[in-house]
Amino acid sequence: MGPKGIDNSRRKFIRNTALAAGGALTAFLTQPAKALVIAAGKPADPGTPWYGIGIDIDKCIGCGRCARACKIENDVPDEPFYFRSWVEQYTIKNDGEVVIEAPNGGVGGFTQSVPDEEIFKSFFVPKMCNQCYKSPCEQVCPVGATYLSPEGAVLVDKDHCIGCRYCIQACPYGCRYIHPEKKVVDKCNLCYHRITKGMQPACFEVCPTGARIFGDLNDREGELVAFIREHNCQVLKPHLNTGSKLFYNSLSSEVK
Amino acid sequence: MKIYIPPQVTRLLLFLVLFIAIFTVIKRLLTPENFGELGHYRPGSLADNAAYEPNYAGDETCIMCHPDVFESKGMDLHGDISCETCHDAGFRHSESMDATDIHIPAGREFCGICHSQNAGRSANYVFQVDLKGHNTGKNCTDCHNPHQPWDLKE
Repeated sequence: MGPKGIDNSRRKFIRNTALAAGGALTAFLTQPAKALVIAAGKPADPGTPWYGIGIDIDKCIGCGRCARACKIENDVPDEPFYFRSWVEQYTIKNDGEVVIEAPNGGVGGFTQSVPDEEIFKSFFVPKMCNQCYKSPCEQVCPVGATYLSPEGAVLVDKDHCIGCRYCIQACPYGCRYIHPEKKVVDKCNLCYHRITKGMQPACFEVCPTGARIFGDLNDREGELVAFIREHNCQVLKPHLNTGSKLFYNSLSSEVK
Repeated sequence: MKIYIPPQVTRLLLFLVLFIAIFTVIKRLLTPENFGELGHYRPGSLADNAAYEPNYAGDETCIMCHPDVFESKGMDLHGDISCETCHDAGFRHSESMDATDIHIPAGREFCGICHSQNAGRSANYVFQVDLKGHNTGKNCTDCHNPHQPWDLKE
């Protein structure tokens, strides 16, 4: 090997590195556009339902009836900090400060704490399990007690859960808690007992303004697919690639 | 040719085999039956989750006994709102038909949950009232029929 050979391999090395870096950059740049497509996901059999959720932030009036209905329907403990579904109010002040409030998860409604003249804008964000199809919580469960049902709902096997709290740490949306009486993890199961009986989940049933849309992502003519098509929808934390099936219309970047 | 295996290696191997055997037995005992048939979970858990009884009965149930209320509600702005949005879960009431089993909301605060003024509420979707100024000291239902809020009582 002469000096020429060394030069050659160095050139090759630099070229390959540049190619790889360019490729990574292209992949990185195209990622945001791809995120929603990935998130929508595709089940193996397009003939079966694949449930997703649409939430229209423009329509939400922050009454918190969804949070209340969820607690009543699913025997969620009344004390604050146990929620399967809750509402947050985001208030952006004129000086840019973001105030996030959720008194008792919005169960009793909201009282505006920031004076009107200081508000730049304000909106409500209902939150619940995103029913991810590549869910981090499912991946970390050491015993297989949380899983994705064939309908696309992330469920918990209460008899098999060992209460290790791994999934609570893993969920990037904070949607899980340990049930104080059952001592196992609890989360929104998309009212699996209702959707399997042909009913809507309780929080969708009681929403007075129709801000929440429950539907089948496989039904191309359905209400939910139309909602996603006609609105500029986003999922929460798309960079985490969780495969969230909860689509928000008018999601501001302040929402975490 | 005889291969010499040191006794400590034999002992280690023995422990390893024992460990694997005990591990296998414990795993077998702790893994539920049919585990992994549909995926990495217990298939029976699907039925367990589905077996839970609903508490919210849905408007189709309410309408069976209260068609008149349903009709009057349908004529006004509250028409698209489910009965159980205000009255809470009605399944128990639909079984017992006992008036104590259903929530009858009252008071200014209750209506204010939706109708109080708040910068986060879009005027397009809800009519907002200044609770501190609008007929203070009166109950909303003194003047408004909750099922037909625009139909004012005399």
